[in-house]
Amino acid sequence: MSAAAIPVEQIKTITMSIYRYDPTVDEKPYMQDLVVEIPTDKDIMVLDALHLAKQQEPSLSYRRSCREGVCGSDGMNINGKNGLACVTPLSEVLKRNKITLRPMPGLPVVRDLIVDMKQFFDQLEKVKPYLITKSDSPDIERKQTPEDREELDGLYECILCGCCSTSCPSFWWNPDKFLGPAALLQSWRFIADTRDEATEERLDDLEDAFSLYRCHGIMNCVSVCPKGLNPTEAISNIRNKLLTREKN
Amino acid sequence: MLVNEVINAKDLPVMEFDGIIVGGGGAGMRASLQLAESGLNTAVISKVFPTRSHTVSAQGGITCAIQSDDPDDDWRWHMFDTVKGSDYIGDQEAIEYMCSEGPKAVFELEHMGLPFSRTEEGRIYQRPFGGQSKDYGKGGQATRTCAAADRTGHSLLHTLYQANLKAGTNFLNEWFAVDLVLNTDDAVVGVIAFKIETGEIYYIKSKATVLATGGAGRIYSSTTNALINSGDGIGMALRAGMPVQDIEMWQFHPTGIHGAGTLVTEGCRGEGGYLLNKDGERFMERYAPNAKDLASRDVVARSMALEILEGRGCGPNADHIFLRLDHLGPEVVHKRLPGITELSKTFAGVDPAVQPIPVVPTCHYMMGGIPTNINGQVISVENGEDKIVDGLFAAGEVACVSVHGGNRLGGNSLLDLVVFGRAAGLYIEESMKQGVEMKNASVDDIDKALERLNKLNASTQGEQVSILKEKMQQNMQNNFGVFRRGDLMEKGIEELSHTRDEVDNMFLQDKSATFNTARIEALEMQNLFEVAEATAITANERKESRGAHARDDHPERDDDNWLKHSIYYAETKEVSKRDVNYRPKTVQAFQPMVRSY
Ligand SMILES: Cc1cc2nc3c(=O)[nH]c(=O)nc-3n(C[C@H](O)[C@H](O)[C@H](O)COP(=O)(O)OP(=O)(O)OC[C@H]3O[C@@H](n4cnc5c(N)ncnc54)[C@H](O)[C@@H]3O)c2cc1C
Ligand code: SF4
Ligand code: SF4
Ligand code: FES
Repeated sequence: MSAAAIPVEQIKTITMSIYRYDPTVDEKPYMQDLVVEIPTDKDIMVLDALHLAKQQEPSLSYRRSCREGVCGSDGMNINGKNGLACVTPLSEVLKRNKITLRPMPGLPVVRDLIVDMKQFFDQLEKVKPYLITKSDSPDIERKQTPEDREELDGLYECILCGCCSTSCPSFWWNPDKFLGPAALLQSWRFIADTRDEATEERLDDLEDAFSLYRCHGIMNCVSVCPKGLNPTEAISNIRNKLLTREKN
Repeated sequence: MLVNEVINAKDLPVMEFDGIIVGGGGAGMRASLQLAESGLNTAVISKVFPTRSHTVSAQGGITCAIQSDDPDDDWRWHMFDTVKGSDYIGDQEAIEYMCSEGPKAVFELEHMGLPFSRTEEGRIYQRPFGGQSKDYGKGGQATRTCAAADRTGHSLLHTLYQANLKAGTNFLNEWFAVDLVLNTDDAVVGVIAFKIETGEIYYIKSKATVLATGGAGRIYSSTTNALINSGDGIGMALRAGMPVQDIEMWQFHPTGIHGAGTLVTEGCRGEGGYLLNKDGERFMERYAPNAKDLASRDVVARSMALEILEGRGCGPNADHIFLRLDHLGPEVVHKRLPGITELSKTFAGVDPAVQPIPVVPTCHYMMGGIPTNINGQVISVENGEDKIVDGLFAAGEVACVSVHGGNRLGGNSLLDLVVFGRAAGLYIEESMKQGVEMKNASVDDIDKALERLNKLNASTQGEQVSILKEKMQQNMQNNFGVFRRGDLMEKGIEELSHTRDEVDNMFLQDKSATFNTARIEALEMQNLFEVAEATAITANERKESRGAHARDDHPERDDDNWLKHSIYYAETKEVSKRDVNYRPKTVQAFQPMVRSY
């Protein structure tokens, strides 16, 4: 969409205050205020507004792909809260015609709104986020009842956007030791899957003091997840499972 | 060596692999899984983290005769439907292979952990989709599309990523492939690619290069496709002198959300939803008395466009159609279509369990692509003869094997990805076992592949990417849409030819080496433009109506002249014809019939 295509009477201007940093050019990060013309006849998403800003300032950098909230590319900090730019209506976040965008906190900034997600994905890989089976596969599919399959609802939908882990204080302090809400949600996704045959190993891996137990139930993760998932609940499910295992 | 310097082939660092796969979508990751499991030294190059690939957006499902809903279902019926759906220019050997191998590929996905929805018997849940029949069109609607709620693509892509992690695949994530390296023997010997984060650039050398770069829906201004769907593989192939096949065949999906372009799946109609015009009429009953709302996509899209053209569209501007779901009840809508509920609320402001969704036909899928055989080997056509291109493979939406012909059936793309991603992997694995030598490229060969990048880096003036893109998208939308007409297409082609120069010489203002999205958008724009031009010229050349290609000035299908694939080369901008394969191995070929639903 270009601003030029919109009739003048349907335009208003907003200020987008955006975190800028290109390590090859800038000594240190700074906030840049861009005045952007947006249409008034319809609501647009924060991502659309970013596109308009980028037409003015082509060097402005951010990730995006699906523009419909399913790929997890454009997690960012919008007025202090993590979310996906592509499914956040501008009207919901404009405050006195202004919006402030920063990269997700806690991870190194690569450039502008783009963070280095390595730490996040390293933690994910630690939970062995794949189905582990030991018995032979049948010629057709493995059977699973609709009820057992329902256990995966609220878990398998994670889009790995990072909004949760980068709003979790425990992850900020110990990003290499505490696995973080996203990875733990995936851990539970496989423990909860009746087809998986590695529950014991998975639980063994989580028993140290940090991986799981650094979660203090602050629930930041739940309040920001754009898919409405509940990592805190997954974490407490894993805890319960560990507890009952100890008792037996 | 950084991407923003003047890049000389002789200083360029080299990485070497047995096989590289450009693309981490469904097709790419199915191929890479095969190769990683066979212990070959392979890498996946993807411009986005793999789970951000467009496959993640696929909703409705993967069509396959796994005999869950109907124990008597038969892959041959699926084959019949697919041939008919293709309007008889799908290659029957390839369709036979896809439909018969399909169940194996789908069960493999389940074994990897794909969280399919389930039936009461614990089997994979299947839903009806458009163009599906039992008993070769004589037994009524079939129920053949395997689904994980309405998040099948997400589930499939994440599952494949997980399986690749388990198999230890090398991932070059957020790397951008610029161009193919072709040596003087016309063998493809790898690609030029750079790491987006740092700008480090390499010649990535390999014995086998697989293009799995997906579609190019962004040539149109209104599309269901992700922003990254810029046809990079098509651009690379055309510039390297390879052809594209049936590239004029673009599917317009009946139900893109009005204004936003985001898709709501055909599964909505599969679950019992239907379309209404402004008079509240279920108009599909008129156009397709038997299949009604589940007629083939091209048929439904045209019917909707006609309703709108004839003044029966909904809304104040009479410019859309309503998709009704509320009669299914909130239970079905929320359980079977949770993603649709979310998208409708976000992008149309309606809860489909209560109100109808405003929809319009929207560019969705590229049936054409780089021609390949069923092993994924790329084919070039010389003097009317097929010739295999040494070292180059293609799979997924970028390829044209061709199982979709003039019109793809819903759910057949995901099947295409896993069946032919796997087939390419199997073929490469087998040929590597037999021994394939690494071929070399000269400094000149590599310099040639660097030309485009160097030119962009040297640019000091020229047009902006965003302006060129918008111009092209409007042109394609207006002149090469659901209905096409010779005079408008001529005008569109003329306009493109004026833009060509600007696209080749556009201005890159931001020369930073660090995560430079402006550079990427510029490179993508050049690829989009190759696809747009190929589409425009070929569409104008095919003087008939077939599948998704509907011409007002040639309204009939012309089997005498056009029961053929189109073949286009960028160098000459000429269109030729290639025979359609009517030689399946185990069944009799299905002969062209009048196509009614
Ligand atoms: C909204 C929507 C819903 C759909 N629903 C269904 C459905 O229900 N069923 C069905 O069968 N089909 C469906 N389709 C179609 C199907 O999803 C796509 O055809 C399919 O996912 C394409 O997969 P692919 O692997 O070929 O490419 P993609 O998934 O698009 O992947 C392309 C890959 O190539 C990489 N890449 C591209 N260019 C470069 C480059 N220059 N350098 C490095 N990497 C590059 C990308 O990073 C990406 O990893 C749907 C399509 C859309 C748009
Ligand atoms: S609940 Fe646990 S995981 Fe979630 S934000 Fe708080 S500490 Fe982090
Ligand atoms: S749990 Fe939610 S917030 Fe966290 S990565 Fe997954 S989708 Fe994003
Ligand atoms: S762009 Fe894909 S989630 Fe926002």
